[in-house]
Amino acid sequence: MINRLNVSVSPHIHNDQATSKIMWWVALSLIPAGVAGVYIFGSRAFWVITISIVTALLTEFLWNIVTKKKVTIFDGSAFLTGLLLAYNLPANVPFWLPPAGTVFSIIIGKQVFGGLGQNIFNPALVGRVFLMASWPSYMTTFTSPPKFLAWGLTKPMAYDAVTSATPLAALKEGKFIGHLSYLDLFLGNRGGCIGEVCIIALLLGAAILLIKGYISWHIPVTYIFTTGVFTYVFAGKQLFAGDWLLHILSGGLILGAFFMATDYVATPLTRKGQIIFGVGCGLLTGVIRVWGGYPEGVAYSILMMNAATPFIDRYTKSRVYGTS
Amino acid sequence: MKKLIAEFTKGLIKENPTFILALGLCPTLAVSVSVSNGIGMGIAATFVLLGSSVIISFIKNFIPERIRIPCYIVVIATFVTIAELCMKAYSPALDRALGIYVPLIVVNCIVLGRAEAFACKNNVMASLFDGLGMGVGFTLALILISGIREFLGTGRLLGHTVINGFEPVFVFGMPSGALLVIGLLLGFFNFLKGRKA
Repeated sequence: MINRLNVSVSPHIHNDQATSKIMWWVALSLIPAGVAGVYIFGSRAFWVITISIVTALLTEFLWNIVTKKKVTIFDGSAFLTGLLLAYNLPANVPFWLPPAGTVFSIIIGKQVFGGLGQNIFNPALVGRVFLMASWPSYMTTFTSPPKFLAWGLTKPMAYDAVTSATPLAALKEGKFIGHLSYLDLFLGNRGGCIGEVCIIALLLGAAILLIKGYISWHIPVTYIFTTGVFTYVFAGKQLFAGDWLLHILSGGLILGAFFMATDYVATPLTRKGQIIFGVGCGLLTGVIRVWGGYPEGVAYSILMMNAATPFIDRYTKSRVYGTS
Repeated sequence: MKKLIAEFTKGLIKENPTFILALGLCPTLAVSVSVSNGIGMGIAATFVLLGSSVIISFIKNFIPERIRIPCYIVVIATFVTIAELCMKAYSPALDRALGIYVPLIVVNCIVLGRAEAFACKNNVMASLFDGLGMGVGFTLALILISGIREFLGTGRLLGHTVINGFEPVFVFGMPSGALLVIGLLLGFFNFLKGRKA
């Protein structure tokens, strides 16, 4: 019914940007980060990603069949949800965990609201938060990169995998993390989720989306900037002494800011609204990281701002031309 | 008699207080962590519903219109006190588990709702069956919700392990899990209702 809505007078300009095309481009731009994740964490990361995508597509397909709706697995959104959810998981999770997350993402995060375009939250993040709340021990046990020989940055290790805290978790516990340089963080030589560690690969993907015009700079830039300023001011031992670069480079901030806070469905429509959204995300992330109980707050802050999106949209509605 | 049975059965599914009327959700959210809590809460609420419906139906002609709500509350509070003291005496563990939610049955909207919507307009027998039906419907809803939550959240039912090696989904033991389960069940029952109509 909604799809037949056709309001406008001629002339019409044809735009060939279909939803599915954008979805596939986003998925494509996420490939570098995935390749980097598999390189860093080994083949297990590849299987986690594969299982996640396959089960997301399968869930979408079965739901379409059961509810007798059009099969929507080819619009790319289920694929993207599975991919993003896998990027939000540590590489050493048991193999039943990604399916549990994707089923929850697709059904509770998206389909119960009426499918793509109706969901009020980012489905992949809904899945991640569900897994975090349900099996916290699996979701917070990270392997440190077993090998990172290419750039000669670290010595090869004698073990297959060593569990390690993420930089943010170590920071939270007041541990010294001086052995990681900014370059390590930038290249992804640290413990963390599959898709979040390699910043340079994420930035490569983000650049593709920005150049193609599929995302605008407003949300990511304001988000990252606000988090940086907030952590610079409050995260140090005294005011204005925080290690802002560390906070920007660690955790899921880059992945979240470019690929999940820019979700078309659950974010504000206007530029002004998007800036409010980005600043809100940044503040919440900073508050959770510095004062909250969790080491990382990107997923929660994006979800909270998703919830605030209808209000932001209402108050930033553009003025109708010719009225006051 | 047929009419009385109809008054009883409507509370089970067609006008189920939790899933169709969406009344009394507050205790439902709070105590549905385990099946034993659910059953205890259901029985206490059924007892209060039954007693207050009968008494209010008895005295409905003496209650002045303007102060009827305080009068209902006095009657309901009497039965809640009886239920609470009995629970304290015979099942202290359950009383500790349910805590503040037993005295809060006084303001449970099912109890007050049935007093206002049914007992004050109908005769004693009809009110008795209505109260019983609503109470049983509430208890069944609580058992369903708490069964799902206890099984998924702890892997157990009534304290017994059901499947070995099942990794409990913690979120269902938390308040967010209660909202999820109740929301999905509400949707499901309304879906069934819509399909029947």
